[in-house]
This record gives sequence, structure tokens and C-alpha cells, in this order.
Amino acid sequence: MSNVADLDRPTDAAEREDARDIAYASQWRLVFIRLRRHRLAVASGIVLAALYLMAAFAPFLSPHDPTEKSLEYREAPPQRLRFVSDQGVHLRPFVYPFTATTNRVSFKRDYHDDRAQPYPLRFFVRGYRYKLLFVFESDIHLFGTGVAEVPVHLLGTDHLGRDMLARVMYGAQISLSVGLVGVAISFVLGILIGGLAGYFGGFVDEAVQRVVEVLLSIPQLPLWMGLSAALPLSWPVVRMYFAITVILSLVGWTRLAREVRGKFLSLRGEDYVVAAQVAGMRDLPIIFRHMVPSFLSHIVASLTLSIPLMIIGETSLSFLGLGMQAPAISWGVLLQSAQKVQTLELAPWLMIPALYVIVTVLAFNFLGDGLRDAADPYGQT
Amino acid sequence: MAQYITRRLLNMVITLALISVISFAIIQLPPGDYLTSYIAQLRAAGEEVNEELIESLRMQYGLGKTPVQQYFKWVWNFLQGNMGQSFIYDRPVNDLIWERLGLTFVIATASLVFTWLLALPIGIYSAVRQYSFGDYLFTFLSFIGLAVPNFMLALALMFAGFKWLGMDVGGLFSVEYESAPWSIAKFVDLLEHLWVPTVVLGTAGTAALVRIMRANLLDELRKLYVITARAKGVAEKRLIIKYPVRIALNPFISSVGWILPTLISGATITAIVLNLPTTGPMLVDALLQQDMFLAGSFIMMLSTLTVIGMLISDVMLVLADPRIRIGMANE
Repeated sequence: MSNVADLDRPTDAAEREDARDIAYASQWRLVFIRLRRHRLAVASGIVLAALYLMAAFAPFLSPHDPTEKSLEYREAPPQRLRFVSDQGVHLRPFVYPFTATTNRVSFKRDYHDDRAQPYPLRFFVRGYRYKLLFVFESDIHLFGTGVAEVPVHLLGTDHLGRDMLARVMYGAQISLSVGLVGVAISFVLGILIGGLAGYFGGFVDEAVQRVVEVLLSIPQLPLWMGLSAALPLSWPVVRMYFAITVILSLVGWTRLAREVRGKFLSLRGEDYVVAAQVAGMRDLPIIFRHMVPSFLSHIVASLTLSIPLMIIGETSLSFLGLGMQAPAISWGVLLQSAQKVQTLELAPWLMIPALYVIVTVLAFNFLGDGLRDAADPYGQT
Repeated sequence: MAQYITRRLLNMVITLALISVISFAIIQLPPGDYLTSYIAQLRAAGEEVNEELIESLRMQYGLGKTPVQQYFKWVWNFLQGNMGQSFIYDRPVNDLIWERLGLTFVIATASLVFTWLLALPIGIYSAVRQYSFGDYLFTFLSFIGLAVPNFMLALALMFAGFKWLGMDVGGLFSVEYESAPWSIAKFVDLLEHLWVPTVVLGTAGTAALVRIMRANLLDELRKLYVITARAKGVAEKRLIIKYPVRIALNPFISSVGWILPTLISGATITAIVLNLPTTGPMLVDALLQQDMFLAGSFIMMLSTLTVIGMLISDVMLVLADPRIRIGMANE
């Protein structure tokens, strides 16, 4: 706040430049400047960027096809990356291949390192063919042993011998994007409906309020479950995906609409809105050109906070078997196998997708918190 | 006050009517009607399908009529306490719902009390000692509590209980009490099992409530009346508990309303992992097997409970906060 006053004080040129910058910066720039000082939010932003890049480049980053089954390596534990072998220290990380035997008593597979020959990790090796970002076709992968008989399973495998690392990365594509698409839908609905209610008031407001109240008073998860149980299982993955996002945002828009409505109610009497009305501007342009920009940064912050709710929603639905279904890969689908306490005992690495969920949700919460502070016009600059 | 409650009750009726439409839509949504899936199920089980039975069921549910007529039929039956027949269990939905709802309510209440007992002191501490080590620690913990899915925590607690305490923490009763009639021993047994779901469900709510309590109390602490009281020499502890905390308590009261739906949602997944005899697992089963009368009635009942919870918390808020009360009187 004090920056404008500071202009008069003789300081060095750079600082003055900075202060002048803030005095004339646009609102978005101010938000950005403030956000940059929020270390936790910045770090969370970086983590999220990394996660989304991981999802986008999943085929390139993952050493194995996520659907490739292997009877030889089912429920194999995570392989260790090593630097020290019997022959000495290696500069390049390497893995030992597994030899598997079936335990005659428990019928469990036992895995032992075959220490005879270390297989160094090679970069940019050829593997299964894939299409990157819907366009680029390739068969080059970031890393692998380069030997087809020796797989690398850094996060272990599931009960069908599919590589967990690849599945987590592919799962991120659905799990991470559900939140974004869902929020986009909620955003449009929330601004439109909340805006209309707040702007017109009266009967429209009353009706919208009632609908919002009804949707909010039905317990969220049962409502989602009820709606998604109606989706035919025979639907292709893409259609299922959109249906689920629509269901998730069906509840999501209500909170946003409430917030927008409140903002509109307080802005409706402002001079500039009245001026626009007097000047003969029509309602929708007033809403979108003059009113929405004045609280958009605030809305963005609350949108960021509602993304993790949707991610948890998708995960929960899929976890229960009511969301995405088996051929599709999402974090919730992966966690279906982690429903039993035995999993923790026998194959704890199957719980790894949950760590990704936790990190993602935490990062979105921190980022959203930072954004909210930064977007607060009465906060400190 | 009476006027306020009457108005709220009227609103509640409208809300419930709309919810019933949604619940009925959920019953209707799956392709085909429930009778077709029922018949298919009977055939799959190799049972003879009795034409007369089908005809009587068709009559009872008003199939073949328009959805609107079916809706009113359903509502009418519902109001008379007849929620239809469950196809999975082959029993009236009423019998199934009440025992489950009761236990759900017990767990929800226990979690709510747990949440309050934990969130109140932590929230006050975090606000009064803002930016202290403890504040950072609790802030960090509450964020973790918000981010960790309930079922993960449930699994972890079950695993810990199993591994180090040698006890089976799943379920709400030990095997020998499961179908026993209620007795003091059974009640004690229930208490022994209740803590796991209580802790699991309470954590997420606690985290959220600590955040709200901290923020509200921080706002209050900066106000002039606090400074005045301090200047007049009121002892710090007494000052904080007596004035700002009382005002910051409002969210705790309103939490009765919103925590119920949250608990019920959270309870659904946790209950499946913990194998609790509550509404959650039964609802999922009903939905997966398209036992739509059971599912629809569940959603309707859960929503009704929620709406009542919201009403109670609003009324309590009016009673507790003179500002709201006087504001209403002035209107």
C-alpha cells in the first residue's frame, strides 16, 4: 500500500522503477506480483505444472505400455535403482532383473534380484509405439533398459503384471483433467446463473436460490453416485469421461453461483453500473464487460480451490466402481485394488496412486490459498 | 422467532419436494425399468418367474403409466411410510433403511462431537498464537487432513490396529454381538469399535473447522473492543474466552448443518473400507445392482436429514447470536 507514497522518497533507480511499476500495474499484474511472494503457492504451482507435464508426456516418460500384461511379473515390488554392484560403483544407475518363483504354500510370487548382470538404464530407448499429444507418433521413451526381456518397474506392477509407473502417469491424464474440464463447466454455469440472480434479483434470485439450496442439501457423494450409476457401462471411455465431468460440475456450479450472486448484489448499486444502465447498455454486456472483470481474480481463486474437490470426486466415484471403468485408467480406478487392508500388507506399492492424489490436492489447496490472498484487494501489496 | 421458523419450515417443504423430484429421477434414470432387471435377475438365478407376481408388482409401482403419475404414486406411498420393495434383499425398504440410518446417525454424531472437541481448542490456539510453531504445525496438519482421502486414513488405522494392537478394527460390532439383541455388553462393544470411524470421519471436518475458527477469531481479535478490554486490564484468558471466542463460535453452530452431508458423503467410502453397517455400503450396492427403490429412498432420507440439520443449526444460530436476532426483529 505504501508504494505510491514511496515514490517521493529518494531511493535508487531500480527500487523506484519497481514502485512505479506497482502504482501503474494492471490488476492481474498486481495479483501476480503478490502471488510470487507466497513461496508455498509458487512451489505448489511448480509441482502442479510438473504433474500436468507428466500427464501430457506420459507415453514418452513411461518405459512400458500401461496395458501390457505380464504373467511373469505380476505383483512385483518396485525395483530399486542402484549405483553399486558387486563389480564396483557405476556412474549410470542400473537395475537387477527379477527372478520369480511361486511360493508353494501361499501361492504368492517371490521376487529376487538376479545379481549376475546389472542392466544400466539407457535414455531415449525404443519401445512400444505411441502417439504424443494426439499428433506425434514415436517409439522413443525417456528411459529403459533397452532389452525387451528386462523390464523396469520402478513402482512395481499390479496383479496382472502391468507397470504401475506407466499406469500412474496415464491415470493422471484423466484424473487431472477432470478437475479442469469440470471447473470450466462450473465456471460458465456459475457466472451466468449467479450473475443473473444477483443482477436481476426478485423472482429470478429467489428461484436460483432455491435450486442452489436443493442441490447443496443433497449429500454430494450419494447424488454423484446416483447419477453416475445411470451411465451405461457400454459407453466408450471418452463419452463416459464427459458424462462424469458434467455430473461433477452439476454440484460444483452452485457454490460459485452463490459467490457470484453475492458480489453482484454488492456491485449492482455502484455508480459505474448505474451509469452504464443510464447510458442504455444492455444487461448482458454490463455483466460481462463491467461487472465480471471486477471480481474475476477472486473467482479464479475460488475456482482453483474447487478443482481438488472434483479430483477427489472422480477418484471416489471410480474407487467405488461407479466412475470410470476398467479399460480406462484413472487414479481412482487404480485405487480400486487398494480397497482391502490386505493390500497394505502384501502389495503396499499399489497404494502409490493415493500419494499422487494427496500431493495434487495439497498443491491445489496451497495455490488456491495463495491466489485468494493475492487477489484480495485489501491485502498488502 | 415463531414467524422465522414457520417461514423456514415452508421453505423446507419446497426444498424437500424438489429433492424428491431429483431422487425419483435417479430411480428412473437407468435404462429399462426396475421390473425388467428384477425379472432378469430372477431368471439368472434359475427361478421360475411368476406371471401373477409380475402383474401385481406392475400394479403396485404403477408401471406402464406416465412418469409423472409414477412420481406421484411414489411420493404418496413414501408419505405413508411405504418406500417400496428392495429387489436385492427382497424385503421392504423401510425395514432396511431404519437400522442403517440409526447407525449412520450414531457415527455422524460421534464424529461431530469429536470434531468440535478437537477443532475448538486448536482453532483458538492457532489464532491467539498466530505464526507460532504450534500454529504452523496445526496449519500444516489440517491441510494434510483435508487432502488425505478418508479411506486412506481408514486403511492406515485398520492396518495399524491389526499389526500393533492385534485387533480387528473393521465393522461396528464384534462377531458375537453382530446379530445379538441390544444389551449393555453390546453397547460397550459398539463403543470399542466406534473410535476408528469417528477419528477417520472427524479429521477432515476438524481440518476445515480449525481453518474457519482461526480465521474468524483472528478477525475478532483485531477489533477495538478487544483492545479496550485489554486496556482496562481484563485477564487475557478470560478476555479471549468470554468475548471474541463467543462470537467466533458461530461457524461451529452452523457446522451442524453442513457437516452432516459431508459426514454422510465421507462415511460412504469409509464405511465400505471399514465394513460398517451404515447407509454407505448399502447405497453403493443398491446403485450397482440397480435396486432403484432402495437407492432413491436412501438419497431422499439422507437429504431430509440434512435439511433438518440445516434448519436446526440456523435456529440455534438465531438463538445464540443477538445480532441476528435483533436484525430479524427490526425487519
